[in-house]
Amino acid sequence: MTGGDLAHAQTAYVRPAPERGGGRRLIYPGALVLAALVIAPLLLIIASWLDPQTEVWRHLTETVLGRLVLNTLTLAVGVSSGVLVIGVGLAWLVSMCEFPGRRFFEWALMLPLAIPAYVSAFVMLGLFDFSGPVQTLLREFFGPHGYWFPEVRSGGGVIAVMVLALYPYVYMLARAAFLTQGRTTMEAARVLGLGPWGGFLRAVLPMARPAIVVGVSLALMEALADFGAVAVFNYDTFTTAIYKSWFGLFSLQAASQLSTLLLLFVALVLLGERRLRGRAHYHAALPNTRAQRYVLTGGRRWLAAGFSGVIFAIAFVIPMMQLLTWTWGVIGTELSARYLGLLLHTLALGGVAAVITVAGALLLAYISRFHRDRLSRPLVSMATLGYALPGTVLAVGIMLTFTGVDRLLSTLWQAMGGATPLRVFSGTVVVLLLAYLVRFLAVAFGPIESGFARIRPSLSEAARGLGATPPELMRRVYLPLLRPGLLTAALLVVVEVMKEMPATLLLRPFGWDTLAVRIFEMTSEGEWERAALPAITLVLAGLLPVIFLVRRSAGAVFSSATGESD
Amino acid sequence: MSRELAGSLDACAGRHQARPRGPFFGTGRGVASVLALMLVLPAVSARADELIVYSERNESLIKPLFDAYTKETGVDIRFITDQAGPLLERLKAEGESTPADLLITVDAGNLWLAAQEGVLAPVESETLTANIPAHLRDPGNRWFGLSVRARTIVYSTERVSPGDLTTYEDLAAPKWKHRLCLRTSKKVYNQSLVAMMLERLGPEETARVVRGWVNNLATEPFANDTKLMEAIAAGQCDVGIVNTYYFGRLQREKPNVKLALFWPNQDSNGVHVNISGAGVTRYAKHRAEAVKLLEWLSAGEAQGAFADMNLEYPANPQVQPDPAVAAWGSFKPDTINVTVAGSRQAEAVMLMDRAGYR
Repeated sequence: MTGGDLAHAQTAYVRPAPERGGGRRLIYPGALVLAALVIAPLLLIIASWLDPQTEVWRHLTETVLGRLVLNTLTLAVGVSSGVLVIGVGLAWLVSMCEFPGRRFFEWALMLPLAIPAYVSAFVMLGLFDFSGPVQTLLREFFGPHGYWFPEVRSGGGVIAVMVLALYPYVYMLARAAFLTQGRTTMEAARVLGLGPWGGFLRAVLPMARPAIVVGVSLALMEALADFGAVAVFNYDTFTTAIYKSWFGLFSLQAASQLSTLLLLFVALVLLGERRLRGRAHYHAALPNTRAQRYVLTGGRRWLAAGFSGVIFAIAFVIPMMQLLTWTWGVIGTELSARYLGLLLHTLALGGVAAVITVAGALLLAYISRFHRDRLSRPLVSMATLGYALPGTVLAVGIMLTFTGVDRLLSTLWQAMGGATPLRVFSGTVVVLLLAYLVRFLAVAFGPIESGFARIRPSLSEAARGLGATPPELMRRVYLPLLRPGLLTAALLVVVEVMKEMPATLLLRPFGWDTLAVRIFEMTSEGEWERAALPAITLVLAGLLPVIFLVRRSAGAVFSSATGESD
Repeated sequence: MSRELAGSLDACAGRHQARPRGPFFGTGRGVASVLALMLVLPAVSARADELIVYSERNESLIKPLFDAYTKETGVDIRFITDQAGPLLERLKAEGESTPADLLITVDAGNLWLAAQEGVLAPVESETLTANIPAHLRDPGNRWFGLSVRARTIVYSTERVSPGDLTTYEDLAAPKWKHRLCLRTSKKVYNQSLVAMMLERLGPEETARVVRGWVNNLATEPFANDTKLMEAIAAGQCDVGIVNTYYFGRLQREKPNVKLALFWPNQDSNGVHVNISGAGVTRYAKHRAEAVKLLEWLSAGEAQGAFADMNLEYPANPQVQPDPAVAAWGSFKPDTINVTVAGSRQAEAVMLMDRAGYR
């Protein structure tokens, strides 16, 4: 029996019957409007092709493009496989096994999420480059040529930094999947005669595949769109060509055209994965934790603890120590009452944006589960691709969309006899929140969609058999079961919004500076040490939602799984 | 099977009833009121006694000056900071309804582009033309340099004697093989340097120089000037090209660093300079006030402070630089109009790409 068969055996089912009725009249058009809003900036960016930039393209293809494509593919493959191995491995260890420190690592391993990749890139480079303390020490002992050290400013260096910054996506999603389905599945696998490895590879992993794919694709999109970390390493990727075309060759058109190729690449990868996955669907068995964790023994328990510890140390402790050291040097001159305002803005924007974005993503996920049709399917797929666009390009697309809407409203207003030009969106915090929605919808959609995918349709059939109305079904069956996914989505969006730079810079109302803006202010002139204070404040602020939500989500899963009340 | 399901379903629902609101959904009302509060906050509307500035120069370098100006004149200044590219797109998109009165950038190329795109308006001011030398402002008076950034040669005092150094072009000579460090060609400072060189030497000679630089590199180009200087200090290379204020900052942190500045091309065109400057927007709502602010920034203490806060050189030759800056000695600057940094920038970028300068 193959793993695929096993997964099927557990999950054989028919496509969920469309659950029509109450709400459709409102929900369906609402979702379409939302999708259209999110897609509008993408369409504007795609429309750049109407203005061909032959000279820029000829130059790029003749000179740098080949190398950039190769570099970008290297980065994509390296980051994807890195986050896959580390994220899934750690998630498996903390959710299925018992070893010293597991309870700590379970939430601590999510913390690196709060450190922006460009910050860890700078810290790592500072420590390990030729002029950094590590190599300086080596030179003192072994002389200038007496030691070997890998080139830090290289593809390998960037990949390492990005994997350490982005693995939490995979870790969180895989962990949620393992917690809701893993142990029962393992039990079934055990009954069928598979050992731990066989059960993991052939039963649990295939069933967690949708969640893992979501995590890897988020990491992939972020790696492709990243400019900050690759710029610190001076590692040229496709994004480099995008910014070179815009800032160097003064062609925003060519930059937009190049960006659309990133979209296309991600769309193809996701489509390919879906093809490979075939028609299999994966639904969780009902949670049941009678099955025990594997209690690791002997050397293996220390190996597990050591692996978790090393990843945690490199991805979180070391960057934090470096930031603390720098902060110590500047705190006297830098810390002021303004930080309270920065912190409040950051938290407020993160919190409100998370609620809006998660609600939007829930709406789209609901539609794509129950009202899948020729219209909604492509709209939803496209609405969740924007994350692959370099932030600054997308920010301009969003800004152009809303100034366009404003102009349209203003024209209407004046046609109706209004005197002054109307400015509804421009310069308000609403635009900024909508910008976050556009940018991070994919981040919220992934965990929610994979949460939906794990709910077997027979549940709702049973509920309806018992007389539940659709709203009741949503409230009493879906929402409770989706809770881990919703919490993951909310956490990811809060943290992402707090770190977000390009859209915040361009669209914030006067005075709405955030910690990320402050970091930009300092790093734009290369003053990284002075950026340490806002950076560390950002990390600490990011820890609040991480710790809070992680504890809640863990509690929710365990209590629903064991039937204990919480 | 279905019985089991229903049973579990009840368990689920029961649990849910016992705790009707999850932590996440329970906060909904609080969040809604925060949102409502945000919505009623007034949108930006320009008042009479205020100025609105879009700035690429960062907050810590402009806010103290704005605060001083407000104290002196009672005019409030509000601003946002971002990179020049997005700010310019925003100005273009907002068109006539832009709230911005003044655009500040840190590179002449960006100001040149803003003028090309028609978002800046000419300013006829005798004060400004008297205070700012002709090569540091737009020939059409649409923008004015406010501080000068010199990009010069830095060398290791342990391994290089200043007598070995002459010009930027000379760094392409074989004697510097594996001894040169450069910052990435993606940084506008290097693009401006090469653009000016193009104007002076023409494309063929410039390409030869840039290829020579690339051949002499000791290691891959750096992401910033500070890292470059640290590499020279650590012995990875001997000589490089940096903006002076980064050197000033490093010197302030590590007074004994074994590096020094060299002023190249003193027998020919002079040291490459760029500016940080500003222009009044075309649809400024407070044009007269914006011009007054520009004039105020171009002279006296304000002009000195504008440069000193970042250890740059004042654009106004009557104003003395910071003592730490003056200690590096005086030099002859390149007096080709900085407009060239913009008009030949794309050409320079393409040339560097072809030369394999990353």
